[in-house]
Amino acid sequence: MSDTWSGLLTIVTLVGVLALVYVPLGDYMARVFTTPRHTRVERRIYRLGGVNADAEQSPRAYTLSVLGFSLVSIVVLFAILVGQSHLPYSRDLPGMPGWMSFNTAISFVTNTNWQSYGGESTLGFTAQAAGLAVQNFLSAAVGIAVAVALIRGFVRVRSGELGNFWVDLTRGTIRILLPIAFVGALVLVLNGVVQSFTDSTVTTLAGHSQVITGGPVASQEAIKELGTNGGGFYNANSAHPFENPNGFTNAFEIFLILLIPVALTRTLGTMLGDRRQGLTVLGAMGVLFATAVAIATWAEIGGHSQAASAAGAAMEGKETRFGEWASALFAVATTGTSTGAVNSSHDSLTPTGGGVTLVNMMLGEVAPGGVGAGLYGILVMAILAVFIAGLMVGRTPELLGKKIGAREMTYVALYTLSVPAIILVGVGSAIALGSTPGAMGNPGGHGFSEVVYAYTSGANNNGSAFGGITVTSTFFQVTIGLAMLLGRFIPIVLVLLLAGSLARQAKVPETAGTLPTSTPLFGGLLVGVILLTTGLTFFPALALGPIAEALS
Amino acid sequence: MTIRLLIKQMLAQLPAALRKLDPRHLWRSPVMFIVWLGSVATTVAVFTDPSTFTISLAVWLWLTVVFGNLAEAVAEGRGKAQAASLRAARTDTVARVVAPDGTETTVPGTQLKIGDLVLVAAGEVIPGDGDVVVGVASVDESAITGESAPVIREAGGDRSAVTGGTTVLSDEITVKITSAPGETFLDKMIALVEGASRRKTPNEIALSILLVSLTLVFVLAVATLSPMADYAGAPQDLVVLVALLVCLIPTTIGALLSAIGIAGMDRLVRVNVLAMSGRAVEAAGDVSTLLLDKTGTITYGNRQASRFVPVGGVSETELRDVVRLSSLADQTPEGRSIVALALAEGADDQDLPVGAEFIEFTAQTRMSGVDLSDGTQIRKGAGSAIHGWVGGTMPVELTDTIESISRDGGTPLVVASKTGDTSRVLGVIHLKDVVKEGMVERFAQLRAMGIRTVMVTGDNALTATSIAAEAGVDDFLAEATPEDKMELIRKEQAGGRLVAMTGDGTNDAPALAAADVGVAMNTGTSAAKEAGNMVDLDSDPTKLIDIVEIGKQLLITRGALTTFSIANDIAKYFAIIPAMFLVAYPSLDTLNVMGLATPESAILSAVIFNALIIVALIPLALRGVKFRPASASDVLRRNILVFGLGGVIAPFVGIKLIDLVISTIPGIG
Repeated sequence: MSDTWSGLLTIVTLVGVLALVYVPLGDYMARVFTTPRHTRVERRIYRLGGVNADAEQSPRAYTLSVLGFSLVSIVVLFAILVGQSHLPYSRDLPGMPGWMSFNTAISFVTNTNWQSYGGESTLGFTAQAAGLAVQNFLSAAVGIAVAVALIRGFVRVRSGELGNFWVDLTRGTIRILLPIAFVGALVLVLNGVVQSFTDSTVTTLAGHSQVITGGPVASQEAIKELGTNGGGFYNANSAHPFENPNGFTNAFEIFLILLIPVALTRTLGTMLGDRRQGLTVLGAMGVLFATAVAIATWAEIGGHSQAASAAGAAMEGKETRFGEWASALFAVATTGTSTGAVNSSHDSLTPTGGGVTLVNMMLGEVAPGGVGAGLYGILVMAILAVFIAGLMVGRTPELLGKKIGAREMTYVALYTLSVPAIILVGVGSAIALGSTPGAMGNPGGHGFSEVVYAYTSGANNNGSAFGGITVTSTFFQVTIGLAMLLGRFIPIVLVLLLAGSLARQAKVPETAGTLPTSTPLFGGLLVGVILLTTGLTFFPALALGPIAEALS
Repeated sequence: MTIRLLIKQMLAQLPAALRKLDPRHLWRSPVMFIVWLGSVATTVAVFTDPSTFTISLAVWLWLTVVFGNLAEAVAEGRGKAQAASLRAARTDTVARVVAPDGTETTVPGTQLKIGDLVLVAAGEVIPGDGDVVVGVASVDESAITGESAPVIREAGGDRSAVTGGTTVLSDEITVKITSAPGETFLDKMIALVEGASRRKTPNEIALSILLVSLTLVFVLAVATLSPMADYAGAPQDLVVLVALLVCLIPTTIGALLSAIGIAGMDRLVRVNVLAMSGRAVEAAGDVSTLLLDKTGTITYGNRQASRFVPVGGVSETELRDVVRLSSLADQTPEGRSIVALALAEGADDQDLPVGAEFIEFTAQTRMSGVDLSDGTQIRKGAGSAIHGWVGGTMPVELTDTIESISRDGGTPLVVASKTGDTSRVLGVIHLKDVVKEGMVERFAQLRAMGIRTVMVTGDNALTATSIAAEAGVDDFLAEATPEDKMELIRKEQAGGRLVAMTGDGTNDAPALAAADVGVAMNTGTSAAKEAGNMVDLDSDPTKLIDIVEIGKQLLITRGALTTFSIANDIAKYFAIIPAMFLVAYPSLDTLNVMGLATPESAILSAVIFNALIIVALIPLALRGVKFRPASASDVLRRNILVFGLGGVIAPFVGIKLIDLVISTIPGIG
């Protein structure tokens, strides 16, 4: 089978399987977050944590719970990383250095999984499994909880409550992430991904002895993709044959990445009682995703760069077992979500292909976005679209029956301002620093792209990198750490405040005078607003990076 | 408004626009304040680098600020002219105050107190707002309404309010002053049209927040571009960065925002409606339920003949001619409508025969008619009255007809004649409330716009049903009391709907205050005018529909220019970014899709376009985007096409054209 056919077949199969699970998983998640019933295990957890699971929280309490929980998570993870030499199964590795631990703790709690270290050579099994993998579950569950709280903001009428964060967190972890990750891990193990608690020592053909790092890889791999985390057990991430051995596991990992973000649009539609609204949001995500896949694939198989033309194909940095199609698809899926796992070196993508991954993140990762984060991100953009264009129908703007007044607009404006501001200030200060060119892996426009990519990836909680750049200096550890922290929690706080403000409102009934938001026209408008706001913010930076590179 | 007139207005307001260059004034619009800062910075740069390019940039940046000010000044200027004519009406009046003991003292109008009783005779100007407590007079209110026909104002009832500044034409009245000098209706009106009491509306505040955040993003994008450009080996001059920033921030909408708001109020003033706040105009656009009084709004308010029904073998022509005869001298609206219908059905247009005597309607006879010279008497009146006059038993056919007309909400008027001792019933005139022409279409339009119409009437349910069906309203409230109205408003608002209504009586006041848009009739009581958030000087309740359309038009204009402004940025990037980095990255010339001549001409063209588009859009901001009643989907689709897509394409064309011109200038091209 030719590359083209197998590539197209993979995409078609992926779309087909996602379509199959869309309704059952989406509706299941809606039930998870609306049913009043607790399971026995959950009750025990609530009792242990002293949580009154039947009491709801005000927006303020919900927000403080998210922040408090995340802060504790960062501190605990930091302690595990710094002190791993005292933990069992640590393969006699020393504790992680301070700033690197700071960066890594934030990275995993913020669902970013930016890695300024090599996994297999830096961390023992306990730090990987009890530290990082636990956060892979919890940070993903936090994202889903925040998205659900925002949906409740739209659904509820004159309500001062958004639900209970501890319940949402527990249910998201136990009822959604754990079972799917378990099945996912089994599928991966069956298809050759490593799962052990020992390293193996083998004798090579030349007679030398070599230690092959093993570990609980499959279990971590499943949640790494499912929770759009992206932090690899191995430094090479999903390009490593122990993490992602063949074409099937590759397609399966892409499926896991897209699964929850896609199905959450159904959850939205079901909870709103307006399925078409969910489909419209999914449609907008789909258009952005499909466009990105088309451009990236075109760029990669065409080899539109001088080096690739000389070599005959753009295979530098790609695995031969995946090829250009599967690498481009994986790259788009991992940057369209907040995953950041890679099965190829993004730094080696063609300028256009690399530019697509960069733009994908700059769009705010909404196609289809990180678990939860993608949904609340695109809903905030929908509010912006309603606000800009909604006036043109002759009414003050409203979305799903909720008026977008000064208060709501303040939260939305700050949301759309925050992440670009973090990126621009980060890139601006890094590039102004005399030592930065020395950290770049390449000169000129491409080196510049590496810096832009680093802060874009950090602030959007993606975690992938144009890996040529060396980010182990304290400056990068701290600033990228802060970018991840602020890029995660400023938007979350704003979304929860927004949700609270929406929930307090009455619902304006829909009439023929209401701007319809569940139509292809609105879907198109949403796509336009997302592209326009991103384009206008980042055009200068893109022009000096990937665009200059692609045009030369 | 013609373009020529507009240009004249703009030139006239130029001094006002220049006065507004004061940064303390501009601070209120952060977008324009940034442009002001940029202009200052560029002007300073002129002294260090007096090149044609820098000087031209400085000039056009200042012009951008001036053009923005001009929009606001022109919008305000139109109100000022109106205020001047109103002030003329507020000339120093003298009031004759009557003390409780009956003594009369003369005090200046400015020293009146609330509760003072003032005597006003024919030819005198009423010194302050108040209610007539004694007497009846005809009053010329043209100073306020522009309508020269005098109106009657009398003590008691809903026609008692008088406005300071209006003139009594006949008779003498005693007025109890209800508002202190300086807070009268006329004072408020002057402040409103001048825009002195103008505050930002909720939606303007929300939009300003968006504009400020966009401005901040662009400030950051341009500020961080500086180190990025240094790294790329293409350090940028401050003036170029300023030019880029000014082009990117939403100057078009930033400059026109307040003009749009003022112009919206002004459009209301032009249809003789005064909105007490911009918030009320915005609410009008959001209204989803209209409470319309039946009488005077939906129907003409007087019963008119719609049909003649002969009984007992009388021919249609005979009945027609007899009823015409009976009503010829009848000057009531009903009587006139009977004559009109008879003529329309083909009766001869003859005068009343000589010797005929008109018998007027009295409360005793409850009939009217005519006595002809040959002794024949013709009478028309209610069924029971005619029965009494004719005597005997009424034919079944007649009672059936009477009943069926009543059932339809109409009023049956029985016609009979008596010659000597023989009397006979000829037939029945079907009188009914006639729905105004065009109302059915307007209600259909409103429905398409998503607005529910509710007819409010004191009629019984039977009558209301029939009129409601004929007019095509969505719902009705029959035998409505003010409390019922209030209840209905509460119910609609609880469902999240915004309600608009009109009213004039004191008992309407609570409902007017509760409604989101409460339009008080100028003829109404001061309590009603105080409670509403708009006053219709023409006292035409039908205008509620126009008010809603003006509200929508205001919001559409605001949204359209915001969209246009943001969409413009794409072309400006394509002009400026390749120009900035042509030396460092020659390949970026591919982005110069407009083929602009030189980097200098490209940057300057974008700045000039950015300034000129403000002037070009002033007429649109003042007139408002044309509003055609249609569903939200249709309106959105059309406006996105015009202002979204148009906003993307227009600047590509505009910048190219400007570039063609200015590239001929040495030092630029």
